[in-house]
Amino acid sequence: MRAHAALAVLAVVLLALPWFAGSYALSVATLILYFAYTGQAWNVMMGFAGQLSLGHAVYVGVGGYAAGALFFHYGVGPWAGLWLAILLCVALGLVIGFLAFRFGISGVYFALLTIAFAEFTRIGFDHLDWLGGPGGMFLKVAQRDSIDLLNFRGPPAMYYYAILALTAGAFALCFLLLKSRAGYYWQAIRENEEAAQALGINTFRWKMLAVAISSAMTAVSGVFFAFYYNNLFPEQIFHISRSIEIILGPIIGGVGTLFGPILGAVVLTVLSDGITEGLAALGWEIPGIKQVFYGIVLLAVIMFLPNGIWPALARRLGLHK
Amino acid sequence: MNLLTVEKLSKSFRGLKAVSNASFTIPEGSINALIGPNGAGKTTIFNMVAGVFPPDSGSIVYQGKPIHGLRPDQVCAAGIGRTFQIVKPFAGLSVLDNVVVGALLRSKDVSAAKSYAAEIMERLGLGAKRDMPASSLTLPDRKRLEVARALATRPQLLLLDEMMAGLRPTECDQMVEVFRGLNRSDGLTILLIEHVMRAVMALAQHIGVLHHGEVIARGTPAEIVRDPAVLECYLGEETEV
Repeated sequence: MRAHAALAVLAVVLLALPWFAGSYALSVATLILYFAYTGQAWNVMMGFAGQLSLGHAVYVGVGGYAAGALFFHYGVGPWAGLWLAILLCVALGLVIGFLAFRFGISGVYFALLTIAFAEFTRIGFDHLDWLGGPGGMFLKVAQRDSIDLLNFRGPPAMYYYAILALTAGAFALCFLLLKSRAGYYWQAIRENEEAAQALGINTFRWKMLAVAISSAMTAVSGVFFAFYYNNLFPEQIFHISRSIEIILGPIIGGVGTLFGPILGAVVLTVLSDGITEGLAALGWEIPGIKQVFYGIVLLAVIMFLPNGIWPALARRLGLHK
Repeated sequence: MNLLTVEKLSKSFRGLKAVSNASFTIPEGSINALIGPNGAGKTTIFNMVAGVFPPDSGSIVYQGKPIHGLRPDQVCAAGIGRTFQIVKPFAGLSVLDNVVVGALLRSKDVSAAKSYAAEIMERLGLGAKRDMPASSLTLPDRKRLEVARALATRPQLLLLDEMMAGLRPTECDQMVEVFRGLNRSDGLTILLIEHVMRAVMALAQHIGVLHHGEVIARGTPAEIVRDPAVLECYLGEETEV
């Protein structure tokens, strides 16, 4: 009951945020939700099905470029581009999944394969002049005070609501998935694949399903990224640091939990921006010091809460995961 | 009628003949044991029946259909459940959810699977532990969980791999009662691979003895303990336990 009340209050605050938050707070909130959503997508593969992807940036990049290119070259809005993005990312995910699962590549080797795909996609995009090559692709920025839903152009609040809806939708989807047959099968595969197979589970098929859903969800965050930031560079969007950024939230928050990716995104984004602000206020301008603080906090969380923040918090609040 | 017919099964690993020309049948509704010293090929036969790897030659026919070469999940779907010698619980899930995973094979609906899983857990005496994490169970309970999970897939044939290993004699006797009950009331056919002669003698109606990958004797427990070939290679020293 108390949990429901807390969720209701949170929902009201989130919905009303653009009315009282300044533009900086709104952009931080948008960033938090972006990482919460993308982390949730990654969590389907790793947290639920136990397949460690360290190259999820590839889906953000391919999704972003797909919708971005349709808009840039042909003026086709993201509502159509979204489907192309999902189609391409799912196809790519299934190729990676097929190669790995058919030939028994698992664990760290699977993770290496996902890095390899992200890396050579990055190098490939560097040489695709049609998409701007290393110089990047820039989407036309229309005036930001009117809302053009068809082309997904508008003020920051519009993007905030869009990513809020996506995050809520992803949460609901994952909630349902986890309670479904797929959720049980994924967790069985995650815990012990051999035992799962002995119970009649076609592990190949169910792992492929996890990859398909995760890559489709991540494709959407790529489209959001493209239209929110309006610029795409292969060196940035496909970079391994982006992949790491995506997975830090769920790891800090709690892998395999529903609230973990959201909580992790809040903690990491607030921490990152907080450190920047704090150092600026102190007048410290030592290069790299932000990363040092960030690293220390990550280290502390991993040492003291190896399962992430949410499981410990849920225990304290007397909730189930 | 024979539920399972194994004929002229052979398997080598890098030139080492693990199983050669092994044949045996398992009548429907019976309890059978495969025994033999370490390295006799018991687990290799077990794994071939369970679909872990295919035989080099020979056939495994279940309910009139060949199953050699099927994957483990297909073997399970065909109606053969198995347990693991080294128990493999889904440690992060609750005891109930472990069993639900098995039950979902036949009932796609999660709530139906849950109630069936709960039913099976009651029968195996795990009912009180349903909400505990599987990782917190003791070894006898983990073994029970292996059985419960396999039973949840509604098999006609249950393969038990060294079920009694690591159990104390009283725990072993309890297990024997569980399998007797399942065989008697559900008509479940059982094939066990076992070292613990106490359990084999108490349970099995038919015993096959493996030695160096070959079946050297088949018969009832009474016949097996008198077979000179068996006594020589294996049983003589073991029956004193």
